[in-house]
Amino acid sequence: MDDLLAARSQMALSLGFHIIFACIGMIMPFLMAISHYKYLKSGKEKYKTLTKAWSKGVAIFFVTGAVSGTMLSFELGLLWPEFMKHAGPIFGMPFSLEGTAFFIEAIALGFFLYGWEKFRPWFHWFTGVVVGVSGLASGILVVAANAWMNSPAGFDYVNGEYLNIDPMAAMFNDAWFTQSLHMILAAFVATCFAVAGIHAWMMTKGKNTDIHKAALKISLTLGAVAAILQPLSGDLSAKDVAERQPAKLAAMEAHFETEEAASLIIGGIPDEENETVNYAIKIPGALSFLAHGDFSAEVIGLDQIPKGEHPPVTITHFAFQIMVGCGMVLMITGIFWLFGLWKNKKYIYSSKFLGLIALLTPLGFIAVEAGWFVTEVGRQPWILYGIMKTKDAVTPMPGIVYSFLLYAAIYISLAGIVTLLLIRQIKNLDKNQDLSLPSNS
Amino acid sequence: MLYVVIAFLYLSILFYLLFGGADFGAGIIELFSRGSLKERTRLLTYQAIGPIWEANHMWLIITIVILFVGFPEIYTLASVYLHIPLSLLLIGIIARGTAFIFRHYDAVKDHFQKIYNLIFVYSSFMTPFFLGILAGTAISGRIDPDATDFVSAYIHPWLGWFPLSVGLFTVVICGFLAAVFLIGEANNNEDRDLFREKAFRMNILTVITGGLVFLVGEWEGIRLFTELVNHPIGLLALVLATVSLPITWYLLKKKKVYWPRVLVGFQITMILVTLMVSQHPDFIILKNSTISLQNAAAGESTIFALAMALLIGGLFILPALFYLIYSFQKQPVSIKKSNQH
Repeated sequence: MDDLLAARSQMALSLGFHIIFACIGMIMPFLMAISHYKYLKSGKEKYKTLTKAWSKGVAIFFVTGAVSGTMLSFELGLLWPEFMKHAGPIFGMPFSLEGTAFFIEAIALGFFLYGWEKFRPWFHWFTGVVVGVSGLASGILVVAANAWMNSPAGFDYVNGEYLNIDPMAAMFNDAWFTQSLHMILAAFVATCFAVAGIHAWMMTKGKNTDIHKAALKISLTLGAVAAILQPLSGDLSAKDVAERQPAKLAAMEAHFETEEAASLIIGGIPDEENETVNYAIKIPGALSFLAHGDFSAEVIGLDQIPKGEHPPVTITHFAFQIMVGCGMVLMITGIFWLFGLWKNKKYIYSSKFLGLIALLTPLGFIAVEAGWFVTEVGRQPWILYGIMKTKDAVTPMPGIVYSFLLYAAIYISLAGIVTLLLIRQIKNLDKNQDLSLPSNS
Repeated sequence: MLYVVIAFLYLSILFYLLFGGADFGAGIIELFSRGSLKERTRLLTYQAIGPIWEANHMWLIITIVILFVGFPEIYTLASVYLHIPLSLLLIGIIARGTAFIFRHYDAVKDHFQKIYNLIFVYSSFMTPFFLGILAGTAISGRIDPDATDFVSAYIHPWLGWFPLSVGLFTVVICGFLAAVFLIGEANNNEDRDLFREKAFRMNILTVITGGLVFLVGEWEGIRLFTELVNHPIGLLALVLATVSLPITWYLLKKKKVYWPRVLVGFQITMILVTLMVSQHPDFIILKNSTISLQNAAAGESTIFALAMALLIGGLFILPALFYLIYSFQKQPVSIKKSNQH
């Protein structure tokens, strides 16, 4: 493993890890606030228990998200100093605002977690809402910064120099809106379905169904709505990518040759050597429609992109397929849930349906990770699209492979501990409520 | 506008040292306590620092963001030549943050607590130690951008007596800060007396390690002391910090709670001022050159945007933060209550 690959792997690992914790830390406050609202309105104890249980989840994930985010802010420099030297002053605006949003979130979390029976109930509830809103704002801002790497703006690049810097124009680059929208919805889908999955699983075991049912209703309803909205945002993103980064779209679709009325490729195994895709289902004209809103429009293929600037096609294509596939499954499940809830159908609480939801727990996060692969791998070999290549940004310090191994060990153990902690939380939720259970379970 | 950014940079470093320092210090006190005091420190730490500790941590992020947006040359230079100590600092931050939350949020209290505690106390030592090393390296002139071999480029800058002594000094002032802070947080007189004793011991160590920093500095040719006495503000700050020490002792003896806190905060501020003005206008001293904040600043438009973001952010953050601290100081959450969450 050379230093560049090690640095890329370390960054991918850090981001891949951070994104899960950040999503949960960003979305769970909303679940918590809804449950809290229901408690304040109805006075039912089950909502209070649920709010407190979820708030512990928020605390754990907020901290893991915060430390892994801190690591990223260092790693940007530790691994990509050449990039940061130029990029920092240009795309720093969203980061400095994100610092503020994140700070407010941390303060509000302090108020919320320690404020039970200390502040007036609605003020206390409000601090919980602030946690959610500021978390969402920091998510949007960080993605806006990433969007700038895909869609550089706010400066003139003249003879290797970065001139006429305009931080506001850099922040509001062409990709910020579609990327942020897609990410935020993905965070809602992934987190809500994961939370719902855990509670559904507990329901199949027949413990404390009251609390778990309340939890399921809140999380799955929110998740289902987000899952239905997600394809719309996906469509916006696809059109945007087709416009700005044709190489990325071509890699996503394994679209090797420029053509009019291009077909949409579903599944299949790309053969990068011979520039073909085997075993795929092809829908004629559909890619042209998705990319440009016109069945006969021309879609640029990889043949129009210089060889040295091709993103890795196979990874990008597979990642894209996985993302879309997972999203579809979640959306269909969501529709069934909403329909069942609306028509008061029995099937939504049947053990089979609950089992299915439990099975879908990791799916949203698989989609999120796959989506990041599409965005990041699809941008390669560029770190700053069209301007700076990743290999020119890496640190001159040798031995990054050891750093990668060390961080990998840390992340793996952290992931292990957090999982263990969650299992213990969930078990404890049942222990507290179900008195018939032996206390040492 | 550049001065707004610089002011926020120093302010966030200072606040990280004060709030984060008290936070680290609590872990350091726990590390150097035995028996029941260890347990009591643990509970008090949670009670006193729990509500604000997430926010304490944010000052570091603000510092980093200001550096990489406003002073990219400094940020990248440090990232390259101080890669190893920065990584170790990061590991300390991760270990500490997660161990703190794990030990308080683990639903089951069993033998895992021992592991969390061990990680917490050692990383509480490690994090400010490397923070100090980084600060020490920055002013030592040991970084050599022309170095060609691995050891002289990436190891030698930070692995030396001067950075190490600054690291040790940083650990000790965190411990001192925390001991004084915890006196006021303790629930009974016995605990208060114990923390008072800790505060005295830590204070003696502060003076010793502080002296050590100057001695090693002189010995290695880093003219910290000489530059200091030649600078009127630096000298004044040093004199004020020194004069306030016996007052602190007197007030501690008199069992006062509030004023010793203020004075310790003042002393740490003065130490930072001393350091800052004695180096002024330099921020990082390299082997053959120096980098000042003025020279390394990003372009005007960036600095303007950053300053606006900081001012607007400050408008929201500072009142909310002070209200948070105020409301938990006014009406301390009892240990029993805080354990329920």
